[in-house]
This record gives sequence, structure tokens and C-alpha cells, in this order.
Amino acid sequence: MIELKHLSKTYESSAGRVEALKDINLTISDGEIFGVIGLSGAGKSTLVRCINLLERPTEGEVWIDGQELTALSRSELLRVRRGIGMIFQGFNLLEQRNVLDNVAFPLEIEGMKKAQAREKAKELLALVGLSERERAYPAQLSGGQKQRVAIARALATNPKYLLCDEATSALDPNTTRSILELLRQINEEMGVTIIIITHEMKVIDQICDRVAVIDHSCIAEEGRVADVFTSPQSEIAKELILPQDRKALAAQTDGGRRLRIIFDGQKSRRPVISDLVLECQAPVNILFADTKDFEGTVYGHMILELPHDKRQEEKIIAWLKNSGVTWKEEV
Amino acid sequence: MSALLTNLCEKGIVSEMLVKLWNNGVLQLGIWETIYMTVLSAFFAYLIGLPLGMILAVTDEGGIRPVRWLNSLLGVIINFFRSIPCIILMVAMIPVARLIVHTSLGNGAVIVTLIIAAAPYVARMVESSIKEVNAGIIEAAQAMGCTNAQIVLHVLLPEAKPSLIQGAVISTVTIFGYTALAATLGGTGLGQIAIIYGHQRSNGDITWLCVVLMVVIVQLIQLVGTFIARRTDKRIK
Repeated sequence: MIELKHLSKTYESSAGRVEALKDINLTISDGEIFGVIGLSGAGKSTLVRCINLLERPTEGEVWIDGQELTALSRSELLRVRRGIGMIFQGFNLLEQRNVLDNVAFPLEIEGMKKAQAREKAKELLALVGLSERERAYPAQLSGGQKQRVAIARALATNPKYLLCDEATSALDPNTTRSILELLRQINEEMGVTIIIITHEMKVIDQICDRVAVIDHSCIAEEGRVADVFTSPQSEIAKELILPQDRKALAAQTDGGRRLRIIFDGQKSRRPVISDLVLECQAPVNILFADTKDFEGTVYGHMILELPHDKRQEEKIIAWLKNSGVTWKEEV
Repeated sequence: MSALLTNLCEKGIVSEMLVKLWNNGVLQLGIWETIYMTVLSAFFAYLIGLPLGMILAVTDEGGIRPVRWLNSLLGVIINFFRSIPCIILMVAMIPVARLIVHTSLGNGAVIVTLIIAAAPYVARMVESSIKEVNAGIIEAAQAMGCTNAQIVLHVLLPEAKPSLIQGAVISTVTIFGYTALAATLGGTGLGQIAIIYGHQRSNGDITWLCVVLMVVIVQLIQLVGTFIARRTDKRIK
């Protein structure tokens, strides 16, 4: 379990004080995939670096499995770091070592014999699906392949935790999906707890169990991904989750009354809009829709514009009130 | 070769002096002396300059183990030596040479002064090569729990290797240039031949021959060095 308690990080520079993190409190349980999302500059990269103390927090405590990291000696800290894998946006492979030796590197650092380290490295390369490229050098690989090597390297020491700092931000959508799939597989099969830092909602959406939204150095919102997705509370979460519909709403100025229908996983089997239109005998205009299949049920939002006709409008509202559908007035 | 030179001499193309120098083996010895002074000085300059350059890079503010006072102190000392024109520095270092090789004359003394003149230059070359190593790779190594010594040995040096070799080529060519100055301190080699037999005895052809030989040697150093650097660099696809 990872616990961050009252974590703050302030940089002093000639340009003045910069508060990168302010009073961060987070608990990450074993076995989960935890996402941290925020815009660039929000402090999320600093946050993940505070977990393995690549950045030392100015205030606060970092607890990992009952050990307070900021109180450890340097050699103890290095030992703890060996139990925490990390992958990066820029992959950060050793460019003068081939793929196999890159994966064997953390094992050699631990003092394992080279031949033995290579054996273990081969197993890991098989796991990430890169067995045929073991003699290649990083410069000869694609971005997705480099990240697979980086993942194999991060897993070499059998870490309990894996930190991912914008690990898919430099990759195209298809490669991103396959890398996330691999991370999920690692989480499920090896039981590795994964912490993912990203600015992309789709990353959180695809594999995270819980998410923290970070904005201006603070945690704005935290919770189960399904909850945060269906009813974002903070301004920043709304902005990150519903970016397109704001634009759509700005573009549509027809003047009709607008409602937001919220699919929260309970009514998903029901064809709500069809029922509404058929029973009320009134047309509605779908301004925006974003629904996702999530663990077998549907979550998401839909924004409807009601007809100008007052009678039809009231009929629809009355129907909605009786139907058990979650909805609210959209302004 | 000897017959060819005699023939050229009879036609008035080369001077008698040149033929004599070749037949006495002075020229051949000069080439050899220049090369061994260069190689030996470069080797010892790296023995001193490589650790110094590494310390400069590591203790720098953005390095893996910032030590401000040590970095500033080394920086000042190196800049002190670097700001003295090479020929003056070599003259000034003669007492040091006497301490180490017990003579202020000859190639032994010249090599000592060459090393002292070249080591600070080498240190700066090494420092810049080490600083070129991608900060992300160093961060990844730190995240793995590498000690600073492990980062130096297994990350910084191997990752900077192609750049270090390129730097070594440049340093060697610079030291090669210094060897010609050594003629003024009683050092031998092509520089001395060009000055004594070419310049002072007005044999233009000897001066030019030395020029051509030096150009060829520099080209060879450059060629071999670049070849090795390219061969070792795994970033090239």
C-alpha cells in the first residue's frame, strides 16, 4: 500500500517560489490500477516522482508498506526503489545496450551474474512479446517496442509497484491501446500495483480502477473511475471528461430547453431515448452523446434539446420524472 | 625512396639538405618522435583529464551528486590553466618537469609539460561529453536504485562513449599541434625539423614536406578515430 500524507513540494528559484504540490493525500491499495490525470503543469509528474523520492517532498510523508521513505538512509532508499519499477514518456532505454542487456541491467545492478540476468531478461522479453528483437538496439525499435522493453526492464526485479509517467503520451492510439492492454495483463497476472500519470482521459478510461484529478498542484477530485466519469464534481474534472460537449453546446444556440441524461450503469439495458420519443410522441434533438461500455454496463452522458412546443416539453419532463432516468437541467 | 630523392635533387626540385635528412634517418625519426609524443601525452592527459571531467559533470548543479564548492574550485583551476597560452604554460611548467623527470631538456620534459597543458583541455571535453547523456536515462537508472558509482560506470561512461571518442580525436589533434611548439623547449620531431632545417636554414621544401607529413598524420588520426566512434555508436540504425 502506498500512502501519501500531506505531501507538498515547493521549488525555490531565482524566478520565485513555485508550489508544485500542495497538501496531497492519497492512498493506493495493493493490486489496483490507480490513475492520476491533470493538464500539463498541474504537478502530476512531480507527484509520481515523490513516490520513489526521485523528487524529495518539501513537506509530508511517503509511506510504502509501512515504511516512511523520507526517513530512510540512502542505501535503504535505493533498496526500496528496486521494488518499484518505473516507465517514462521518453522510454529512457540505454542506447548503447541492446534490448536483452537493457532488460538485464537492473539485475546486474543488483549483483546478479550476467548469464543468469540474461536468462531472466529473456523470460521478460517473451512476456512483452519481443523475443525476436533481443539483439536489436533501441534506435532500431519503434516507440511501442521501446516501451515494451522499458516495461520488461521495469519488471525485471519483480517489483510490487509500477509507476508510469505519461508512458503512452508519445505513442499513437493503436500502440497506446496495446501498451495499456499489456499493463492490464501485468496487473492481473502478476498482481503488480500500477500508478499511471497521464493527461489523456482515454488512458484512465481504458484501464484504471480509481482516479485522482489533479489541478493547480492540488487533488481536485478522487474516486472510482465510473463515479468520476458519470458525475464529475470539480470544474477541472468536467473539463477533462466532457471537453467536446462544451464546444457543441456553444455552437448550438437554437434556444430549446436542454437536459443532460446521465447513464450510470443501471438503466443501460433500456432503450431510453426510443422509449421517450415513442411514448411522448415528441421529437428530441441529440446535441451530444458520449457513452461507454464499462464492465458490462453503460456509463455516460447525453445532452438533449427539447422541442419549442411547451406542451411537448412538459410531456417529456413528466415522462422523465416517472421513468427513473437520472437527468438534470443543462445550462 | 632514396634514389628517387637523389634524382629529384639533381633536377633541382628538392634541396640537398632534404636528401641528407632522409638518408640519415632524421626525417623518419622526426615522424616517429612526433607520433609517440602525441600518443603518450594524450594517454596521460586522459588519465588525468577523464576523472577530472567526470567530477566536473557529476558535481555540477544539474549532476547526479552536486557539490558546489568542489565544482567551483576545479572550474577555477582548470580555467586558470586554460587561459594561459600553451607555449607560455609549457615554459612555465619546466620546473615541474624537472621535478618529475629530473631534466628540463629533451622529450621527457616536453611530454610532462604537454600533459599539463592538455589535461585541463581534456577535462572540459570529457565534461561536455558526459553532460550530453540524456537526463531521462540517468533518471531511469536512479529509479532502479543505482548508486552514483554504478551510474558513472554503467550509464554515464558507456552512454557517452561515442562522444568521448570523438572528443579524444579532437584532443589528440590539439596535442599533436602542441608537439610542434615543443621544438622551442628543445623537443624534437617534425616541428623541430621544420624550424631548424626548414626555417632557420631557408630550405622551403623541408618546411613544406613537414607540413604535408603533419596533414597526413592528422587526417589519419581523424579517420581512424571517426571510424571507431561510428563503429561503437549503437544509436546509428
